[in-house]
Amino acid sequence: MFSFNQSCWFIRKVVRWRAVASIGWSVVLLPPITSLLVLFIRFSVFHPTHWLSGCLGLLTEASTLFSMFLLCAAVILLAFFNLQYYTVVPSIPCSRVALLAEVLHPRQCVHSLVHCAVGMLVMWCVCVMAGGRYHALHSPCTHGDSGSVDVCLNEYHMFMLLAGAFMGYSHSLMGVVQNVHYVSFHIIQQYKYMRFKGSVWWLLKCSAVQSLYSVRNYAILYFLFGHIPRTWISNTLNLHIDSSVRSLDSFGGLCDVSLFYQLWISGTFLLLTWYLTVLLFRIYVTEPYRFPVQSSFAEDAEECLPKVLTEKNALVMKFLALQDLALLSQHSPSRRQEVFSLSQPGGHPHNWNAINKECLSLLSELTQRLIAHHDAVASNGRAKPPSDSRSSSSCSVTSGTEDLSQSPFHSALSRTPGSVFGSAVSGVNLPLTAPFTPDLTSPFSSPAFRPLFSSQLAQKPWLGSVQSPHVTRRNPKLWSTSTDSQTNGSPLPSPEPAPKPAGERKPSFLSQWLQNRKEQVKGFLAKRVLVVYLFNKLPEASSQALFADSQAHIWALEGLSHLVSASYSEDKYGVVQTTLPSILSSMLSLQEAVDRHFKLPHASSKPLKTSCSLGDSTYKTLRFALRAALKTAIYRITTTFREHLHAVSVPAEQQKRLQQFLEYKE
Amino acid sequence: MCSLAFFPPPPPFSGQVTLYEANNELVWGNWTECCEKQHWTPPSLHFPRETLKPHSRPESSSKAAFLDHRDTLWMRSAGAWHDAGLTGLLDEITNSSEEVPKWLTLSSGCVLALLRWMSSFHCSLFPHLTLSGEDMVAEFSQVLSWSDSAVQSFAWHPHTDKFAVALLDDSIKIYNSRSAITPILKHRLQRSVSAMQWKPLCASTLAVACHTCLLIWHVDPNSLSTRPSSGCAQVLSHPGHSPVTSISWSPSGSLLVSASPVDTAMMQLQTSAQLCFALCVIQVWNVAAEICVPLQRVGGGGVTNLSWSPDGSRLLAATPSALFRVWETKMWTCERWPCLKGRCQSGCWSPDGSRLLFCVQGETVIYALTFSDVAGGPKSAAVVANLSVTTFSGPDGDLIVGGEVQSLAWDPTGERLAVLLKGNAESSNHSAIIAVFKTRSSPVFELLPCGFVKGEAGAEPRLMQFQPHFQHGALLTVCWSNGRISHVPFYFVGVGKPCSTGSPPLPHFTSKIEDYITHTLYTEQMS
Repeated sequence: MFSFNQSCWFIRKVVRWRAVASIGWSVVLLPPITSLLVLFIRFSVFHPTHWLSGCLGLLTEASTLFSMFLLCAAVILLAFFNLQYYTVVPSIPCSRVALLAEVLHPRQCVHSLVHCAVGMLVMWCVCVMAGGRYHALHSPCTHGDSGSVDVCLNEYHMFMLLAGAFMGYSHSLMGVVQNVHYVSFHIIQQYKYMRFKGSVWWLLKCSAVQSLYSVRNYAILYFLFGHIPRTWISNTLNLHIDSSVRSLDSFGGLCDVSLFYQLWISGTFLLLTWYLTVLLFRIYVTEPYRFPVQSSFAEDAEECLPKVLTEKNALVMKFLALQDLALLSQHSPSRRQEVFSLSQPGGHPHNWNAINKECLSLLSELTQRLIAHHDAVASNGRAKPPSDSRSSSSCSVTSGTEDLSQSPFHSALSRTPGSVFGSAVSGVNLPLTAPFTPDLTSPFSSPAFRPLFSSQLAQKPWLGSVQSPHVTRRNPKLWSTSTDSQTNGSPLPSPEPAPKPAGERKPSFLSQWLQNRKEQVKGFLAKRVLVVYLFNKLPEASSQALFADSQAHIWALEGLSHLVSASYSEDKYGVVQTTLPSILSSMLSLQEAVDRHFKLPHASSKPLKTSCSLGDSTYKTLRFALRAALKTAIYRITTTFREHLHAVSVPAEQQKRLQQFLEYKE
Repeated sequence: MCSLAFFPPPPPFSGQVTLYEANNELVWGNWTECCEKQHWTPPSLHFPRETLKPHSRPESSSKAAFLDHRDTLWMRSAGAWHDAGLTGLLDEITNSSEEVPKWLTLSSGCVLALLRWMSSFHCSLFPHLTLSGEDMVAEFSQVLSWSDSAVQSFAWHPHTDKFAVALLDDSIKIYNSRSAITPILKHRLQRSVSAMQWKPLCASTLAVACHTCLLIWHVDPNSLSTRPSSGCAQVLSHPGHSPVTSISWSPSGSLLVSASPVDTAMMQLQTSAQLCFALCVIQVWNVAAEICVPLQRVGGGGVTNLSWSPDGSRLLAATPSALFRVWETKMWTCERWPCLKGRCQSGCWSPDGSRLLFCVQGETVIYALTFSDVAGGPKSAAVVANLSVTTFSGPDGDLIVGGEVQSLAWDPTGERLAVLLKGNAESSNHSAIIAVFKTRSSPVFELLPCGFVKGEAGAEPRLMQFQPHFQHGALLTVCWSNGRISHVPFYFVGVGKPCSTGSPPLPHFTSKIEDYITHTLYTEQMS
């Protein structure tokens, strides 16, 4: 299903087993949930004893056990299928059309299709267990006039099956919109069982509410279009339609409380099993992992923290390593000692140097990104009017994580106005976009999809604000699906369209002319309401996108500042002292960039609270968390070192800023 | 074990107040004498009770004042659901019997009766649930008679000379040594402030526990505005999490915990019937990201008081019943500590976070718990001080001190412990008083008597707090019942403090210490 045979040791040794454990638990939890479902779905007020004995009898029947087995299989299948969709950096579409493109992306279509199919399968199992009028797709019926017994279509069964498909699709759709597959890290550390226990109630509530919404939408949909699948199925399977029973797409047919109750219960069951898998996976994968700081054996060197931090291919490992760094710097003096220790022989602080270097490069990368964004965006919060052909609807995205060449949709859309090429060809940021070129010209060498957990975030410097409204961030994924994705059912991305690199390389007369055409078309289209609606930048989205991976920066800041303040008393050899100026100046320049960014419109507006959904919306407030963590980090250093900091050489402006911090005036 | 009988007697004359401690004894004098003993004298403020108009709180509802207006049943039901939750809705349906079918009236009446029965059962287990929000805050607050105190809460900034005072009229004033501007914070939701705390490692963030929510004020220290707009306040609320009676920042400044005696986060039914289990819920907030994680444990029925140990490793959570918990903040597991007599009224941590002192309602002793990382947790609490009633005779008649404890405060160096004793409201010569102990942790932990802190005649201490970063010992800030805020310095040289020149008790001798401090760690050549 997905590639565990990745080169990265961490995926092989740790994440794989965590995933398997989480799936195992969701399978273990399935039978009790199914029993509850049977109890609820066969509930009858008037015959309680009959109901209970019936349920107990049913639970031991062969058909129930078979459907239980099928349900387990479905859960396992879906869980393994979903593994490649998990990500630690959310994908944030910057405009509606980007969202649309994301939904229509082949990869996403496969996701939806699989969910539809599994939803139908689950609903079939539910129908088998519910029995009664839902039991089979066909039912005997008598023709009114002739009296002969015939095989008719059981519309209730079909109604449930289609509901399963609908819920599967809407789950998959909501997954994109709400970033269900985004794995966020908890703000406090808890044991897995406690975390699970704390979320169970919320999970139940969430699935019940979502199921209610789905049932409502489905009922409306079925009322309007229900006759189409019914006729189609009865025609293909050669089943009659029972005219004596009122059809369900009529008003009278839908006025059936027990039908809706059972639909709601089974929908809740469906969503609950799926959400449970997601929740368990999140809990398992975000559990802190303890990396050794240094190892006495050379072969384990790549599993040590300083080495792991620099890793670029498995993003989850990088995140867990940073989390571990933040935790060790806070809680464990003995491991801090290892960080401050000198190498033997040689006496070099290799551990500290590596950690420090990696954290600082993370921070400076964010600073660069913010500065570039700020330069690109005029003070009104929109893109600068084109010295290049950047459209006003464009929005900055981190090109480090985007693949322009991913889908036919993207390449098709890319030819519409305001595309990425304009800015890439004659952008003001030409030097900045230059590193982008290899990415464009070698589409085949680069992985088709940004593999799960592999990120180019840290690998590439900030590449400037490559603009496109249509290009959504193709988020880094948890597992690499590099070339295997082609064999395991994921769609193939279309190859790079030919004009792209060509246009990139030589801005000839032809491209100039094309450019002008594009301008005209764009001017024309910009006046159309729908186009404006689709292409207009969503407020805040660019800001969110800039800070999408800021959890890493927050940990880097926490880890660094805790280590620095601990070094005041614990660092025997003074290894931290030598790097203090660079740490301070890098933090202060980030502070400046963050301050400037928050002066932009929409940057400091708070997102609305989402009511009840599984989607983790923590990424929406990451920028505030980063701002607070940054300030706290600087204060942690200044309160530890106090007036000694006057002797640290930082540039004059930063010295002034530092003075503000020392006087508690920030 | 120390008891109040060993204390030096309070001053004989009623006009004298405690000025400061020097050379190991408390100095008494007239009110006007207390000045010019420190570099920055914190302003001694006076907020007379009469000048403050308390917010006229519509306690139950102002519905009765308006003309009767008949909405449709649907509208009324929606309103009742919104106002009073499920019970309100059921009540509304039951009472409008002429508009709804009879079976509905009957069934909702039955459900309502059942709910009430269950809630009465629940309330008999946890009597504090019958209190109104205001009374509950007053009951569990660390402030003595909170509801009529002019100063309802007080918070020193952990790093700089700045403090915030919450007054009876629901405004908060901020005093700063470096500027003459005193910003006044007011907000629509800022009602009955029960606790405040400045965020550590931050200059400007103040968390305020209000009646219905948490307010996080961002007061720019450079701003010249005296009335920061309510846009500077961030509102954190969680359904069912009110009234918030206690908050505490983690010493690393990353998390904020808040607690309410009636948190029903489990059910969230908006019922006034309190259909919850006896859950203790602590909300852990990442304030900047507005993420909230509830920590739930069964048993106790709410959380009244939270206190984070200064090293950040443990958190004390007291409940309204005879039980408190000590959370370990690495993996957030907790130990249960059932007390025998009553609920844990107050607790405080030693600076290294290894020792917890607490007192229990209904008992006149102070207990100590010692935690260590190696040998597991402590098995039982030891009594370290006896505060039973003691009589001191003087020229003005006998003075009775002792009794139950309202709050405990330990200074950041771990050398002085202030205990606010409740006293007896009926008796005129048994008023509330602050007893100050010296603490010594080696060779064995013990409390030694230091003296009493007394205010002007007729003024009772209401709340107290040590300044977190006083250079020459400890500085205790006391808010009195007459609305005065005074500061009592204790000049001493701590055990752990490096000091070259003996023990200079008063600041004008301490210039050498300061020279020592201003030596830089780095020399110019190094950098």
